[in-house]
Amino acid sequence: MIRVVLPPHLKVLAHVQDEVLLHVEDPPTIGSILDAVESQYPMLAGTIRDHVTHKRRPFVRFFACEEDLSHVSSDTVVPAAVIAGKEPFLIVGALAGG
Amino acid sequence: MSGVRVLAGTRKGAFILTSDGARKQWDVKGPYFGGWEMYHIKGSPVDSNRIYASQSSGWFGQTMQRSDDGGKTWVPIGNKFVYDGVPGTHQWYDGTPHPWEFKRVWHLEPSLTDPDLVYAGVEDAAIFRSTDGGMTWAEMPGLRGHGSGPRWQPGAGGLCLHTILLDPQKAQRMFIAISAAGAFRTDDGGDTWTAINQGLRSQYIPDPNAEVGHCVHRLAMHRSRPDTLFMQKHWDVMRTDNAGDRWTEVSGNLPTDFGFVIDVHAHEPETIYVVPIKSDSEHYPLDGALRVYRSRTGGNEWEPLTRGLPQENCFVNVLRDSMSIDQLDPCGIYFGTTGGQVYASDNGGDSWTAIVHDLPPVLSVEVQTLS
Repeated sequence: MIRVVLPPHLKVLAHVQDEVLLHVEDPPTIGSILDAVESQYPMLAGTIRDHVTHKRRPFVRFFACEEDLSHVSSDTVVPAAVIAGKEPFLIVGALAGG
Repeated sequence: MSGVRVLAGTRKGAFILTSDGARKQWDVKGPYFGGWEMYHIKGSPVDSNRIYASQSSGWFGQTMQRSDDGGKTWVPIGNKFVYDGVPGTHQWYDGTPHPWEFKRVWHLEPSLTDPDLVYAGVEDAAIFRSTDGGMTWAEMPGLRGHGSGPRWQPGAGGLCLHTILLDPQKAQRMFIAISAAGAFRTDDGGDTWTAINQGLRSQYIPDPNAEVGHCVHRLAMHRSRPDTLFMQKHWDVMRTDNAGDRWTEVSGNLPTDFGFVIDVHAHEPETIYVVPIKSDSEHYPLDGALRVYRSRTGGNEWEPLTRGLPQENCFVNVLRDSMSIDQLDPCGIYFGTTGGQVYASDNGGDSWTAIVHDLPPVLSVEVQTLS
């Protein structure tokens, strides 16, 4: 199972308290993790990436294992520690607003 | 027992204020959706428990909410707004072509007859319709298909479709307004649209009398006279008595005719209200005195209404969707400010009370009259 941490506002929107656990087909990529997020929590569709183009929203970032995965291809397989469930995949609202 | 429910959308959440018909004591609940920009919240005229809300964020984009119990609980609904076909381009601020890009929902207009039918006015300007209570949305492409679409350009707040008026007597007729394209009317349920801007004169565009390009800030209608519309334009207050075929200026003795809101008394179709703002670069009241102006003659002759409103050191703005009027008799008038107050009058505007203050900047105010 892949552990995903949502930003606080999206936790509220999805009615979840903590990190979410998702089953993702091997090998889990950034894109397939986001597919699973949107499948399990349809209200989050469009909030992390564009509905149609799947382009990441500008003020959303993806982190894992102390790496910024925001700018890599959505086909990128996530780090082994995330696949093993030892580390979460972090969806982060970029620090902005002063 | 009658009552009212005021729905206030703010820069950081929504608030719901309720009172009985006396409108003296107010119960304030919120924030709902704390931290999100609530551009508009509006209830169905045929089911007061059905409320639609536009929730957006610079981080997470557009989401939508619906309540079926008068705002006690909410469920997320469809937020997929995709333009029909190839979106094409409109004009950008610098005059170059710019692709149509969805940004947010500015205005929600529930049907007068069907609680599951609701219209959404969006930025970049287009009108969408949902027939399933907001779960799915489809563009009504005839509007952007109007030949003038490539010439529309954004106002300072964006290329937003901010006003939707449904004709209570002609089911196929509706009016919309776009900053900064102008006003449009459909007589066939949205298949085709006509630009209704004759008589508008805007010095800030190359041809002041152009078919489109006018920065209309708000339209208002009295339900008993749907052919008469009132308009707060960027500058100028206007009226039409032939459903927009021709507009005439009724700014009259207003101290400044710039502003955003305009609305009509619930029981007096020729009594209208505006809040004059100093200028398009100074978005606050003239002389630091917050004054609503009322005309009982459908325009031209205006009187300031000041009792209960700050008359010094007041530099707030009143945004275009931030005035609403209930249907009680005497009707209540409500408006919200960017300073976080919602003012109400239960006597036609003669005096005002802040029914809540210190909210985040108010983006919209709607009132539901409850039986």
